Amino acid sequence: MPHSSTRAGFLVGLISAAALCTWFVIQVPGIAAGQAKVIAVDWVPRLGVELSFRLDGLSVLFCLLISGIGVLVMLYTSGYFKNHRDQGRLQWLLFAFMLAMLGLVTADNILLLFVFWELTTITSFLLVGFDHENRKARRSALQALLITGGGGLVLLVGLLMVAEIAGTYKVSELVASGELLKNHDAYAVVLGLILIGAFTKSAQFPFHFWLPNAMAAPSPVSAYLHSATMVKAGIYLLARFQPALGGTDLWFYTLSIVGAITAVWSSIMALKQTDLKLMLAWTTVMALGTLTLFLGSDVRIAALAAMTFLIVHAFYKCALFLVIGNIDYASGTREVDRLGGLVRALPVTAVIAMMASFSMAGFPPFLGFIGKELKYEGALAIAGEPYLIAAAALAANAMMVTVALTIVIRVFLKGETHSDRERISEVSWRMWAGPFILAAAGLLAGVFPDLLAKSIIQPALSEVLLRETTVKLSLWHGINVPLAMSIATVVIGAILFFRVGHIRRQIIRVMRFWPVTGDRTYQRALSGTERFARNLTDRIQSGSLSQYLTIIFSVFAIAVTIVWITHRVPLDITKLTAVPPLALVISALMIGATIAVAISRSRMLSICALGIVGSGVAVLFLIFGAIDVAITQLMVETLFVVLIAAVMLKLPMFTGQEHPGAGGRTRDASIAIGCGIVIGLITMAVGVSPLDLSITDFYEQASLPLAYGRNIVNVILVDFRALDTLGEVAVVAIAALAVIALLTVRPQKHSS
Amino acid sequence: MNSIIFRTVSRLLMGLMLLFSLFLLWRGHNEPGGGFIGGLVAAAGLVVYGLADGPKSMRLILRFDPAAIALTGLFVAVVAGLMPLLGGSDFLTGLWLFIGSTPTDKGLALGTPLLFDIGVYLAVVGGVAGMVVAIEESI
Repeated sequence: MPHSSTRAGFLVGLISAAALCTWFVIQVPGIAAGQAKVIAVDWVPRLGVELSFRLDGLSVLFCLLISGIGVLVMLYTSGYFKNHRDQGRLQWLLFAFMLAMLGLVTADNILLLFVFWELTTITSFLLVGFDHENRKARRSALQALLITGGGGLVLLVGLLMVAEIAGTYKVSELVASGELLKNHDAYAVVLGLILIGAFTKSAQFPFHFWLPNAMAAPSPVSAYLHSATMVKAGIYLLARFQPALGGTDLWFYTLSIVGAITAVWSSIMALKQTDLKLMLAWTTVMALGTLTLFLGSDVRIAALAAMTFLIVHAFYKCALFLVIGNIDYASGTREVDRLGGLVRALPVTAVIAMMASFSMAGFPPFLGFIGKELKYEGALAIAGEPYLIAAAALAANAMMVTVALTIVIRVFLKGETHSDRERISEVSWRMWAGPFILAAAGLLAGVFPDLLAKSIIQPALSEVLLRETTVKLSLWHGINVPLAMSIATVVIGAILFFRVGHIRRQIIRVMRFWPVTGDRTYQRALSGTERFARNLTDRIQSGSLSQYLTIIFSVFAIAVTIVWITHRVPLDITKLTAVPPLALVISALMIGATIAVAISRSRMLSICALGIVGSGVAVLFLIFGAIDVAITQLMVETLFVVLIAAVMLKLPMFTGQEHPGAGGRTRDASIAIGCGIVIGLITMAVGVSPLDLSITDFYEQASLPLAYGRNIVNVILVDFRALDTLGEVAVVAIAALAVIALLTVRPQKHSS
Repeated sequence: MNSIIFRTVSRLLMGLMLLFSLFLLWRGHNEPGGGFIGGLVAAAGLVVYGLADGPKSMRLILRFDPAAIALTGLFVAVVAGLMPLLGGSDFLTGLWLFIGSTPTDKGLALGTPLLFDIGVYLAVVGGVAGMVVAIEESI
């Protein structure tokens, strides 16, 4: 490993993930006994937000998957990106993502849940866009961010509504207030909002397209995010809220129909792919559809099928993604048509691939077989639409058989690989250890299903159903309908496999005439937004200073006039006090100078005349005894004139062309005169209204005894209201920095 | 601006204005003046010099980067505000030290408000000088 940061990222991530995983395993017996682990720290007590985490049966199932697979994926990454200069970044990101994901599934406060939800979105954006010099990776990352992030915002609204209806922000208390939520008038709205959040995250139809596009991510990232963890966040949300919002017809039909469409559609799309990774991505969408489908019903066996399949899928799909990564790494291609007979070159990977594929296909004695039997059993037990769900499940499973056969037979057993590489050799242990453990776990859990049934699946199921339940898993269920369906699945899958070339051509032919796809709609919406933003910006930010000033001053004059008229501000001129004669002289001078500014054809003259106006104001301050203000005004005015003069000296004289036409001059004049009148009226109105001198009196009395100063202005500045001054000084310093940065960073065109 | 008269006068003027600015800063608590005004006067003196001799010599006599001066001023002001925290008072409370005080006369009164004002002075001088130098260098 070349860099120390790489090693640090790898070790910190790996050791923390391993430690967390171990800790979660230690917690399992306690949680299985019904003892949820709670950790709570105040965060924003005034808003009732606390950093509260709750580890219960459902959370611990996800935590074990996230941290356990995290360890394996990080190990894999250290081999896959060996000597890659950005491996350190990837390791740190994976670690950050893992923490966000763990936070999401354990958060017990709804706002905390949302924060972690969005954190997973952001880290996944960075992970998908890891290869940031690749345009496609950037586009996919942005797409995933916009869709899941947008869904997250919708979810936030839903979560807030739920919390308001139930009167609590605690997830664990919310889950128990199902009756209140389901009988509320806004139930349908709330449900819609939350489901959109879950569906975007878990790539359900019609938001499914981002997931296959996200395959631009490196293989370990896809294995971790897009099979085992992030896309399951939506499933977690559905499972978590099943007791609170589920059990209604609306919930059942929405989830069943969306899940079924997703599963069937992605089955078809998976058949179309020739890239192994894309094929797996579409089967992942299919698996997520299936999970949604089964969470639609509150029948116990359906929920059990969902929980079991969740684990099955995480094991085999993550392993398969890593296997595809190995194939890509060793041979340089993922195209199924160019691969073949890899068992000779990659024997270890081949064994792993076979184990994982058999689990995916649902062959005994793998855990996948139990999962599939449970799915069929669950589908038939669902009261509403057993045939629809059973048919969708059958189609999806047959497809998985086809994909499994494709990987095992087409890629590893038959034919030869046509690769650019001279020699294909087996990958290092770091790259097969992870997938091997996952694939072996699928086998082990299939042979000894009790390993998971009592300790992991049963507590999780109890949380989803919100009641005590016992789980018993076994490989052999006797000869029944699910077994018959299993046999049918294998037969259909095998037929599809042998006809896959023909089917693919047919799908591509039909797809050519397909009018709408999610990706195209997304693209159209995105470019529409960009076009709208550009038009709007062109209109309101023309870059013309005179236009900005026109708008600012017109709005000022008009707004003040409207307020003046609607509020009927009284203006009694007779109350104005007499003006000293000297002030009248100064005022006359200022008026003359103002006229000179307006009609002058020389910049220098305009600036000097403007300086006279400013200095006149300073003299007026002096006449009325405000010496400090007068000095400040004089200094600012001087600096202003000097600076403008320095800049203007370098510009050509007025040519007359930059002057607006007659209409423009009338417009400018009326705006200027309008502003002048408004300011004058305000000043007069202030002058005639009785002045509250209590603050002045306080400062006059307190200045010397409290602050030991006789100059009230300065005492106010540095003592009584020093905080204001501190803010102003900070503004001065920051403004100076900004000016310096703007002027020095600008590319120098003239000097060479 | 290549005028020998302006250049000669500007040095004298700058010296006077800098002295005057310190005078304003020092007496500000009791008579008209203070850090903000003093800073503006000093900056005006520097700007006159910069106009005559160019931004390069202005940088030279400042010795430090104007932005650094401005930020130092900000830092000094914040420190003056933080000092009373050590004594358990609130942020920006005035702390005073009376040197040579008698029961009738307070003597020389030095306090954190003066330090704060010095910070304001530096921030204004550095900020304005920095902007002017940047503008002059870019045209």
